[in-house]
Amino acid sequence: MTTQEAVAQPVTVAKAVAALPGRRRARWTPWLYLAPALVVLGALLVYPIYQLGLISLLKYTQAQVSGGEPTAFEGFGNYTTLFADDQFWQVLTATLVFAAACVLSTLAVGCALAVLLTRVRALPRLALMLAALGAWATPAVTGSTVWLFLFDPDFGPVNRVLGIGDHSWTYGRYSAFALVLLEVVWCSFPFVMVTVYAGIRAVPSDVLEAAALDGASQWRIWRSVLAPLLRPILVVVTIQSVIWDFKVFTQIYVMTNGGGIAGQNLVLNVYAYQKAFASSQYGLGSAIGVVMLVILLAVTLVYLRLLRRQGEEL
Amino acid sequence: MIPGFVRRPRRPWRLAAETSALLIAVVVAFPLYWMVLGAFKPAGEIESTEPRPWTLSPSLDSFRRVFGQQEFGRYFVNSLVVAGSVVVVSALIAFLAATAVTRFRFRFRTTLLIMFLVAQMVPVEALTIPLFFLMRDFGRLNTLGSLILPHIALSLPFAIWMLRGFVKAVPEALEEAAYIDGASRTRFLWQILFPLVFPGLVATSVFSFISAWNDFLFAKSFIISDTSQSTLPMALLVFYKPDEPDWGGVMAASTVMTIPVLVFFVLVQRRLVSGLGGAVKD
Repeated sequence: MTTQEAVAQPVTVAKAVAALPGRRRARWTPWLYLAPALVVLGALLVYPIYQLGLISLLKYTQAQVSGGEPTAFEGFGNYTTLFADDQFWQVLTATLVFAAACVLSTLAVGCALAVLLTRVRALPRLALMLAALGAWATPAVTGSTVWLFLFDPDFGPVNRVLGIGDHSWTYGRYSAFALVLLEVVWCSFPFVMVTVYAGIRAVPSDVLEAAALDGASQWRIWRSVLAPLLRPILVVVTIQSVIWDFKVFTQIYVMTNGGGIAGQNLVLNVYAYQKAFASSQYGLGSAIGVVMLVILLAVTLVYLRLLRRQGEEL
Repeated sequence: MIPGFVRRPRRPWRLAAETSALLIAVVVAFPLYWMVLGAFKPAGEIESTEPRPWTLSPSLDSFRRVFGQQEFGRYFVNSLVVAGSVVVVSALIAFLAATAVTRFRFRFRTTLLIMFLVAQMVPVEALTIPLFFLMRDFGRLNTLGSLILPHIALSLPFAIWMLRGFVKAVPEALEEAAYIDGASRTRFLWQILFPLVFPGLVATSVFSFISAWNDFLFAKSFIISDTSQSTLPMALLVFYKPDEPDWGGVMAASTVMTIPVLVFFVLVQRRLVSGLGGAVKD
C-alpha cells in the first residue's frame, strides 16, 4: 500500500461513519453526555463558590441567619478584620509550614519506598504493598484515634518503648503537630508509592536495557532516562499531596481536639470551621475560605504551567 | 518489570533491601494491628500502663458495647448508603463526561477540561458554609442527601480526569466498526465502551469511596439535630472523649469502620495499581 492510500483510507471511513444514522445528532451528543456532570458541578461547586464569595462580603452572624437582623453588605470588612488579627497570620503560617512538611515527608517516603519496591522479590513487595494499602484504606477518623492511642501517655506502647514516661504528645504545640504529621504521612505515602511504582513499571524496559548496554551507570540511567520519564507522575503526586495536605481537617480536628490548647494547632480549615460554626461568624469564616481558595488556585496555575511546559495535550 | 531498574542488585544488597522492605511493612501495618488488638483486649488489659503486643484472653466486650450503642448499626448502614450512592452515581456521570471530552471535538472542550482540572483544587472544606445554607434552604439538612450530593460533586472532577486515559485507550477503530455493524450510539456506549472502561471505573471509584466513607466535616456540619441520619465517624467519636476515651470502644468502632474499606481495597487492589499506571502513563 502506498503512503497516499494509507492516508486516504481513514478519511473515507471517517466520512462513511459520519454519514451513518448514529452520528446525525453528533453536534449535541457531547453536551448531552456532559449535562449530568455540568448540572451537578454547577449546583454544588460553582454556585457554592459564588455564595462563599458573597457571604464573605456580608455581615452574616447568628442574628442574620435567624432573621433577627437584616443582612448587611459589609464590603471588605470581614477581610480587614481578618488581616488585622494576629491569630490569622499565625494560623496561615502554621498551615503553610505544616502542609509543606507533610508534602515533603510524604514525597520522600513514597518515592524512596517505590524505588525499594522495584528492588525486591515478589514476597517482600507484596507485604509492603498490602501494608501500604491498609494504611491508605484506613479512614481519617480511624487513623487519628488509632495514632492517638499509640502515643497515649498512659496506655500507649510508644512511650513505653521509648521509655519517656507519661509525656503527652498533644500538649506541646510542636509535638502535637509532629504527631499529626506522622499520621498524615502514614496514610498518604501509599498513594505516592503506588503511583510512582506504577510509573517506574510503565517505563519500557528496552529503553533501560539500551542505556545499560551503552554503559550508563545506574545514577546516569536514573538522571537521564528515568527522571524525565517520571516527571509527569512526580508533578501529579506533588500537586495532589499539596492539595490534600493543605486541606487536612479531620486529623487536626480529632487529634488536637479542635485545634489544640488555646488554638495552638489550628490550620486554616479548622480555623474557618470554628469561626463559622462554633462562633456563628459565617462572614468571617467565608473570608477565610476565600483565602484558602485563592492560595489553592495559585497552586493550580503553577500546575497548569508545568503541564503546558511538558507539552501535555489536553 | 525492571528489578533494580536494569539488573538485580548484588546479593547482600538485595538481602538488605528485602529485609528493610519487610521491616517497613511491619511498621506500616503496626497501627492497624494495634487497632484490632485493642478491639479484642479485655477492659483490664487495654487500660494497662504496661501494654503487651498480644492478648491471652480475647474478648468481644468492646464490640458488644459498640453495637449496643444506640443505632450504631444504623450509622453503619447510613455510611454504606452514602458511600455506595456516591460511587455508583459519580462513576456513571464521570463515564459519560469522560467519553464526551475524549471522543468528541467541540467548542469549549479544552476550556471544560481546564475547568475540571481547576475544580479538583477547590478546597471543599471552604464550601461547607455555602453548602450548609444551600442544604438548609432546600430543607435537606439532617438527610443523607446532604452528604451524598456534595460528595458526588467533589469526586466528579478527579474521576473525569482519571477516566479520560481509559476512554482514550479504547481504539477509535472499534467505534467505527461498531457503527458500521449497525450499532447505535447508545448501544456502543453501554455495551462496548462501558465494559472496556470498567477497570478504570473501579480504580476511580476507590477515590470517591474513600472521600465519602471518610467524610467527617459534612456529617458534623449538616447532620445537626436528627442523629439517626448520622454516619460512622460520628458514632466512633461517641467513644472518644479527649479527657477519658473508652479506648476499647474506640478501637472496636475503628475496626468496624475500617474493615469495609480494607475489603474493598483488597478486591480492587490489582485494578488500582494498573489503573494508576494507566492514568499516569497517559
